Amino acid sequence: MDGFLATPVGHLALTVAQAMALLVPLLIGVAYLTWAERKVLGAMQLRKGPNVVGPFGLLQPFADALKMLMKETIIPAGASRALFIMAPMITFMLAMLAWAVIPVNDGWAIADINVGILYLFAISSLGVYGIIIAGWASNSKYAFLGALRSAAQMVSYEVSMGFVIVTVLLCVGSLNLTEIVRAQADMWFIIPLFPMFVIMFISALAETNRAPFDLPEGESELVAGFFVEYSSMSFALFFLGEYANMILMSALITILFLGGWYPPFDIAPFTWIPGPLWFIFKICACLFVFIWVRATFPRYRYDQLMRLGWKVFLPFSLVWLVITAAALKLFGWLPA
Amino acid sequence: MIAAAFYLFAAVLIASAVMVVTSRNPVHSVLFLILAFFNAAALFLIAGAEFLAMILVIVYVGAVAVLFLFVVMMLDVDFAALRQGFQRYAPVGGVVGAILLLELLLVFATWRFATDAAGLRLNPTPGDVENTRALGRILYTDYVWLFQLSGLILLVAMIGAIVLTLRGKTTTKRQNVAAQVARSGSVNLRQPPLGAGLGEIGIERPPVEAPKPKQVEHAGGHHGGHGGHH
Repeated sequence: MDGFLATPVGHLALTVAQAMALLVPLLIGVAYLTWAERKVLGAMQLRKGPNVVGPFGLLQPFADALKMLMKETIIPAGASRALFIMAPMITFMLAMLAWAVIPVNDGWAIADINVGILYLFAISSLGVYGIIIAGWASNSKYAFLGALRSAAQMVSYEVSMGFVIVTVLLCVGSLNLTEIVRAQADMWFIIPLFPMFVIMFISALAETNRAPFDLPEGESELVAGFFVEYSSMSFALFFLGEYANMILMSALITILFLGGWYPPFDIAPFTWIPGPLWFIFKICACLFVFIWVRATFPRYRYDQLMRLGWKVFLPFSLVWLVITAAALKLFGWLPA
Repeated sequence: MIAAAFYLFAAVLIASAVMVVTSRNPVHSVLFLILAFFNAAALFLIAGAEFLAMILVIVYVGAVAVLFLFVVMMLDVDFAALRQGFQRYAPVGGVVGAILLLELLLVFATWRFATDAAGLRLNPTPGDVENTRALGRILYTDYVWLFQLSGLILLVAMIGAIVLTLRGKTTTKRQNVAAQVARSGSVNLRQPPLGAGLGEIGIERPPVEAPKPKQVEHAGGHHGGHGGHH
């Protein structure tokens, strides 16, 4: 067995198996996230949510997927065909690609690379291309306006997110995701860096185009935003990509601030639960807040969104970065 | 294996760079430019410069090219009109190109590598230090003044751009967020019981449960308990 794994074919087979072991649960997670969102929103709005297909509506996501598959794929006459088909694929692929570096437990990452956090940041900043290409290739004014809004919004919030990541990196002294989690063995970074956690969470909402920052698809003025012209599987790919990105952002927040696979207290009943379960549980908690925010807040106006990003978050995160650096230097807490 | 990967990425890089110049649609040009950036990042990775590869993707693909695409998509440029004077301008362009080529040739003809360059090229970072740390050491110790200076130049450019686009207060309408948040009376906070909405406490909508059989109203007596007074 070991001999086979050492050959190039064996290595390839192993990598594919690892990727499958991560992506299949992820896709099932995406399916049930859509179900959970409808259930939670239903409960918050005093409705029942999906409850017809299967017990508690548990088979609803699969019924929806089947419905999407059966529908006709429509490509608008004026569309730029190749780009129109490519855009949802880009969105979906990028959402999957980023998971390669996520450490689910100590040493459980498909690729434990030195610059893991930069890789994640790079992939998440590429997500805007799927949207912007979709908006342009559709040759529709609603889709185009949605794409423009989305591009401006994602570029704006990436800046403050970058500063949040730099602040965490200052406290860790490494770009490796596993090292970032290990640095939180004694204390999760949410405690000393709580304001940064808040900024990171709100930026993640903006980065994934979720309510209250879902202006790119603001249905009251843009019909459905950048994916107005999409139908059938191409629409489903956008949908899957968007929800996978939500889970990815929650995983990123978990790694940066919530101590990854570590239990909250290092004592008996908490340490019985294995690390990956803690990791999944923390992601679920983040996702619940994502949905909770959607049920609570009305949509931002566009100028308010830009003001929040550039005039509030950017200066604040910059000042907090300087404060953190000064504190680390003064007290001699800088990691070696 | 590595050599094959290098030639693959280098070939795609050059091909997409050619497509940037020759493609008819400016949006396609920008997309090919992005492909070129990606291949350059892959070449960095092959050379062992993982930090530079990631920064190239983050800065150029994630930010600069997005803004390019943004501008190009919004501009309504008639490229047929731009191509019209090609015959007339071709000689001038040819002369400029020839001069540039000559200068490049002169530079490369007299180029001499330092004696230890060949060894350094194969091992860009010292073995025990990771790439990012090695770059940081060089940048913040040996070249700290140049690094700060380049930052200062970028700051000046940024201030210049802001000054050029800043309009006076006469044309812009500003929202005073503090005043708006502080005004009173516009938001009512209600505390409905658990599992009930505003309808159940008598606001906006009747309760959802099925209508009960008509009962004799008790005058006074108990308050609350049932909420069907609409």
